[in-house]
Amino acid sequence: MASPAVIDVNGLAALIAALQQEGYRVIGPIQRDGAIIYDEISQLNDLPFGWGDEQEAGMYRVRRREDNAVFGYAVGPHSWKRFLHPSPVVLWRARRRGNEWMIEEPVEDSPRLAFLGVRSCDLHAIGVLDRVLHHGSYIDPIYAERRESAFVIVVQCAHFTPRTCFCASMGTGPKATQGFDLALTELVEPDAHRFVVEVGSARGAAILQQIPHRPAEPTDVTAAEHAIAQTAASMGRQLQTAGLPAALLANLEHPHWDKIAQRCLACGNCTMVCPTCFCFSVEDRHDLTGTVTERVRRLDVCFTTSFTYTAGKPLRQSIRSRYRQWLTHKLATWVEQFGTFGCVGCGRCITWCPVGIDLTIEAAAITGREQTTEGVV
Amino acid sequence: MVKPAIATPAATNPFFPLPFLVISRRRETRDTVTLRLRPLSDVRLIAQPGQFMMLSVYGVGEVPISVSGLPRRPGELEHTIRAVGSVTRHLVALHPGDQIGVRGPFGTSWPLQLAHGQDVLLVAGGLGFAPLRSALLAILRERWRYRQVIVLYGARSPADLLYRRDLSRWLQRPDLVLRITVDHPDQYWRGQVGVVPNLIRQVTAFFEPANTVAMICGPEIMMRFTIRELQKHGIPDERIFLSLERNMQCAIGLCGHCQLGPFFLCKDGPVLPYSRLAPFSEIREF
Ligand SMILES: Cc1cc2nc3c(=O)[nH]c(=O)nc-3n(C[C@H](O)[C@H](O)[C@H](O)COP(=O)(O)OP(=O)(O)OC[C@H]3O[C@@H](n4cnc5c(N)ncnc54)[C@H](O)[C@@H]3O)c2cc1C
Ligand code: SF4
Ligand code: SF4
Ligand code: FES
Repeated sequence: MASPAVIDVNGLAALIAALQQEGYRVIGPIQRDGAIIYDEISQLNDLPFGWGDEQEAGMYRVRRREDNAVFGYAVGPHSWKRFLHPSPVVLWRARRRGNEWMIEEPVEDSPRLAFLGVRSCDLHAIGVLDRVLHHGSYIDPIYAERRESAFVIVVQCAHFTPRTCFCASMGTGPKATQGFDLALTELVEPDAHRFVVEVGSARGAAILQQIPHRPAEPTDVTAAEHAIAQTAASMGRQLQTAGLPAALLANLEHPHWDKIAQRCLACGNCTMVCPTCFCFSVEDRHDLTGTVTERVRRLDVCFTTSFTYTAGKPLRQSIRSRYRQWLTHKLATWVEQFGTFGCVGCGRCITWCPVGIDLTIEAAAITGREQTTEGVV
Repeated sequence: MVKPAIATPAATNPFFPLPFLVISRRRETRDTVTLRLRPLSDVRLIAQPGQFMMLSVYGVGEVPISVSGLPRRPGELEHTIRAVGSVTRHLVALHPGDQIGVRGPFGTSWPLQLAHGQDVLLVAGGLGFAPLRSALLAILRERWRYRQVIVLYGARSPADLLYRRDLSRWLQRPDLVLRITVDHPDQYWRGQVGVVPNLIRQVTAFFEPANTVAMICGPEIMMRFTIRELQKHGIPDERIFLSLERNMQCAIGLCGHCQLGPFFLCKDGPVLPYSRLAPFSEIREF
């Protein structure tokens, strides 16, 4: 691919405009209601200039940064799953004529999306969803359509201290090396606020051609590498992954599951914020006349009792069994099912758990392994 | 009669049900019926015994239901359904001429090939007879391929017995060992009383454990005791096949509801050899 380039803040504005020109809806970070979330952005100023965040187990807060970094925050409560695996969606509609039903595809033009600000962990999470929803024996048409057209702009992790995330342990970051159209590394030097741009696809190269840029100097590239290396060196959490699936499955009756169950509220926050949790439920709804009916699917949460409702009762009644299902799926059975962990180490489930349950700690306790996490009391 | 009306986008979208017509309805028990279905389109859905279909009642919902018979004409389906909740109640209330939606077939099938040249032991509890009936019909159609064929069937009460016409015919067959038991007899019941696993020791003379393939379907507790009994008589775990039930919302490995450890029971199951399930079988609520 093309050698790296450099754009400035105006170049970033031009990038957004060029994507819009190409017919993409640009989705990117926005500071709203006290969190950095992902939503449609129309212009440069929508981006969270000068906003960062603080995160710990069970704690999230946005805060003003001392500089004007655009991407100086760790991942927030949203992930790209929101757009690639949307919820709810209408699977089909059926119309009744007499005794006869006609099934129609919902007429909804699936948008072409450009994701601006995809972190390496989240890029890997999309890779995990690809395996689940796109590369198996059955393909989810809704995911496939959105995924295939999505334009992916990575932003490498720099200029913040990762607290709850552990991508380095999972081999999913902090630097994304492939699978994107463009990748930006922000450099927030005074008077030289700029972005080193790596090109990952022909589509990416074509967009870069449309915006003002200059070739990257060796110093730009070194500065970018240095910024990412600093992130890698300051990871807040660790997880020992070698042999982890077998170790977890060998400990399905470990007493520590009961301890977790005493704290876990079964609220399902962890699954909702997780960029790879894909489970859904399906229901029918109909209009009052009973002549039009829709089959709707929405994301579901394995922490509810209804999730396993079988033969007249929930199969996983206790919270212990539901947390165990979640954790062993993420870190053990997922590997057998899809050849990868179901966890990319983004840390969202740790941050957004109201009681601060931390899967890196729980997995270590259950498997009797060394917990080397620093910064955890 | 309703005419085929619908273009079938099912090839591209695995969530689209195909239109089928109910062509017959046979009442089995107070709450259970057997429906025969005929496709309203040109698409033929060919299900193997043990596989299941997703049956849709428009506006109500969709549920997994095993095939309980063999097609009399190409593309036909037969299902036995017990009314237990909203969708199954509607299914049981359908009549010839009504339209329903069908997706499938899904999942693994009974190991009929493996059973060629072997003794075959089918153990059914309650509605678990539905998926095993299609296996039995397939076996009887090619009876010469198998050695002894033994069927053990338990129901709650005489009134809960499914497929009475079949049962009385099968009881006459010299090439089939059929034993029936009920938990709660009524005043007319002359047959055996007790749970199905207890029947196994009555038929041990008929099978050679090392050359037997066992297929079990029924309530979980019944399957548990049956497995123990079969193990006791020397049938190896990899020759004991079960059909398992879980909540299923998609049947195509995408919704996550049907998981049991590493398995998605909608595609890795519902029929699995006990040898693969054994590591998890003693883990409660797994
Ligand atoms: C692979 C597979 C094959 C199956 N094959 C058959 C089959 O051949 N024939 C058949 O009739 N069923 C079969 N089932 C079970 C069937 O799918 C469920 O009974 C059905 O999904 C229930 O849906 P519902 O909407 O009617 O009930 P729901 O509305 O989901 O449940 C409502 C009420 O029904 C009760 N209930 C739900 N499910 C059951 C149950 N299984 N047993 C007892 N009470 C229940 C609950 O107590 C609940 O209060 C199969 C299931 C699987 C997974
Ligand atoms: S399990 Fe937790 S850390 Fe892992 S990907 Fe999901 S939310 Fe992120
Ligand atoms: S682990 Fe935390 S976030 Fe997940 S269900 Fe339990 S309480 Fe909620
Ligand atoms: S039923 Fe949806 S994954 Fe198996």
